[in-house]
Amino acid sequence: MARGAGALIPLAVAAVVGLVILASLAAVLGHGGAASVSAADWAAVRFTVGQAAVSAALSCVLAIPVARALTRRRFAGRQAIIALLGAPFLLPVITAVFGVVAIYGRSGVLNRAFEAVGLPAFSLYGPQGVVLAQVFLNMPLAVRMMLNGWAAIPAERLRLAGALGFGPGAVWRHLEKPMLATVLPGAALAIFVICLTSFAVALTLGGGPDATTVELSIYQAIRYEFDLPKAALLAAVQFGLCAAALALTWAATGAPGFGAGLDRAALPPAPRGWRRPGDALAVGLALVFVASPLVAVLGRGLWHLTDLPPQIWQAAGRSILIALPSGVLATAGALALALAPNRWAEGVAMLPLAASSLVIGTGLFLLLVPPFRPGALALPVTLAVNAALTLPFAYRALRPEALALRADYGRLTEALGIAGWARLRRIILPRLRRPLGFAMGVTVALSMGDLGVIALFADERSATLPLMVQRLMGAYRMDQAAAAALVLAGLGFSAFLAFDLWGRRNADA
Amino acid sequence: MLTLDGLEITLGDWTLRADWSLPTGVRCALIGPSGAGKSTLMLAVAGFVEPTRGRVIWQGQDLAGLSPGDRPVSILFQDQNLFPHLTVAENLGLGIAPNRRPTRAEQDRIAEVLDRVGLAGMGARKPAQLSGGQAGRAALARALLRQRPLLLLDEPFAALGPALRAEMLDLVAEVADETGATVLMVTHDPADARRLCDLTVFVDEGRAGPPADTAALFADPPLAVRAYLGL
Repeated sequence: MARGAGALIPLAVAAVVGLVILASLAAVLGHGGAASVSAADWAAVRFTVGQAAVSAALSCVLAIPVARALTRRRFAGRQAIIALLGAPFLLPVITAVFGVVAIYGRSGVLNRAFEAVGLPAFSLYGPQGVVLAQVFLNMPLAVRMMLNGWAAIPAERLRLAGALGFGPGAVWRHLEKPMLATVLPGAALAIFVICLTSFAVALTLGGGPDATTVELSIYQAIRYEFDLPKAALLAAVQFGLCAAALALTWAATGAPGFGAGLDRAALPPAPRGWRRPGDALAVGLALVFVASPLVAVLGRGLWHLTDLPPQIWQAAGRSILIALPSGVLATAGALALALAPNRWAEGVAMLPLAASSLVIGTGLFLLLVPPFRPGALALPVTLAVNAALTLPFAYRALRPEALALRADYGRLTEALGIAGWARLRRIILPRLRRPLGFAMGVTVALSMGDLGVIALFADERSATLPLMVQRLMGAYRMDQAAAAALVLAGLGFSAFLAFDLWGRRNADA
Repeated sequence: MLTLDGLEITLGDWTLRADWSLPTGVRCALIGPSGAGKSTLMLAVAGFVEPTRGRVIWQGQDLAGLSPGDRPVSILFQDQNLFPHLTVAENLGLGIAPNRRPTRAEQDRIAEVLDRVGLAGMGARKPAQLSGGQAGRAALARALLRQRPLLLLDEPFAALGPALRAEMLDLVAEVADETGATVLMVTHDPADARRLCDLTVFVDEGRAGPPADTAALFADPPLAVRAYLGL
């Protein structure tokens, strides 16, 4: 029953999102016909799918014992560990890569320990490094999704299991295995989709014939080979991969999900004996695995914060200038779509998941260069692409609350005739303040840390902070890279915490 | 006069028909088994449910096409009649001017009405700080401010105990007398109907009404009403 101008807003958002993504796709498809797929391109496709599959599988398998231990044990610091596991999702990928290098790289902690005991060095560069970094980034996400799965086992069943005296084996067979059978496919596919568009990880730890992703090939085709038809063809291939994976996700789970950890009263039985130290080991290893790269960035970066040249601070300023408006656009667009009663709104909001940074980037490059110079486009294009790509996350945060608002107060709002601006200001914004703050935090943090389309367009004067970190790492200026990576992560997390806190503050029940 | 002219509401394979009129200023109860369509009929009058056939007419004006906020209607729902993030006074302000802040004079009027329903000095509270009865009073106060000629009650006091409910019904009667409103009330309890309403509409088996004299209806109930009452 929305009337007047209000009903046109979701349409306008849909038109803009659709235009950015579909116009880029059309450009990509239009130009891609002139190139043919080479053996190296096929290798990139195989590696992209392979590393995504291995990363998703490893992340999920490793997450199972951790999630189970966190579910059935209660100990001091448990909440803090669950919160820490939420960090890698918002961590700028390039900062994560720096941390991983600091631990597992040529002169990292691991190899120094190996050297001390006379073991051969572990090389981080190549497929194993790409997978390691992806698992670092996504295993915590898998744990959080599985915590939700465990929390979804009805309390009645757990009580029944207790009453019947189920041992750990019986709990596994009758409760945990069936639950994982429904949760694992969704978790694995969500991570698979994320890893398919892996660019920053492949750019820094991969490369070469056996560790190049399609996203990386697109970048190389544009920046190094100036071969636009090839880039367009690769972008079309990448879109095909993502769309297929997304369709698969939809078929398997109904909707791609990104969960948050929950708590509730009923606990599954906590077995004694060797399983106690076993659980402690699982949580301890996960903690070390997730925290050590973060600590490494912090430890090394802090000492060199004062050495940072002014260009880094200028780049940080540019990153903020992109991230804030991009977050506002993504959140506002997601809000309009989440409030829309139309069923197509969900499809529009999820559309960006099928595209990737470099695919849209290639499309916009083809459409806009010429007449424009790439460097002049870097900031506006990055802002727009980040807004489009982070919109699904904001939508996911807002949609359930928007539906609840309509169910609880939709009729009252209409009965009183509260409409237009007053409805937004007096009802929607205050009622949705919590998810709005969260959505702003997530979109700003993701946009702040994004290293994707900016790499296609940036010149010396338009580089963002993530790109500067990557360049410093490429130049082996590791001290400065550490400090810059730390600043980047600090900016992203402070933005997230500030907006999330704003949402929670005075959020009425 | 409220006229339901050949009204037909179809939801899936379920249909409800009503074809009668209600004189201005009377109070009418809607009773009948769960799922019979009492609330649906009320939602059709309020403009939330589109009739498949027929018209809802108030004082000669067909209400079709009017949005709920523009109808000559105030409605109290079963729950969630107040926005929890707004104070009681702000919630009442929405009854006077939904799309702007109330003026000084209007704020005085809000305080007056709060006093009138027994909530004097509670304007600054949030709904969570009110008891169930107080929340009902606040919602009625807003209806008093809105001054719409039709007052629809969709079991807003169902969760209250008998004594408190009787108190609220008396307040409804006072509000209706003051504003001259025509009242339509959904209820499960014949006692509620007897207490407040001159007329009662029995809703069952896809048909609503016509209105009958409440006292006469319960003194000598027809077969279907007997079955519903368990007599």
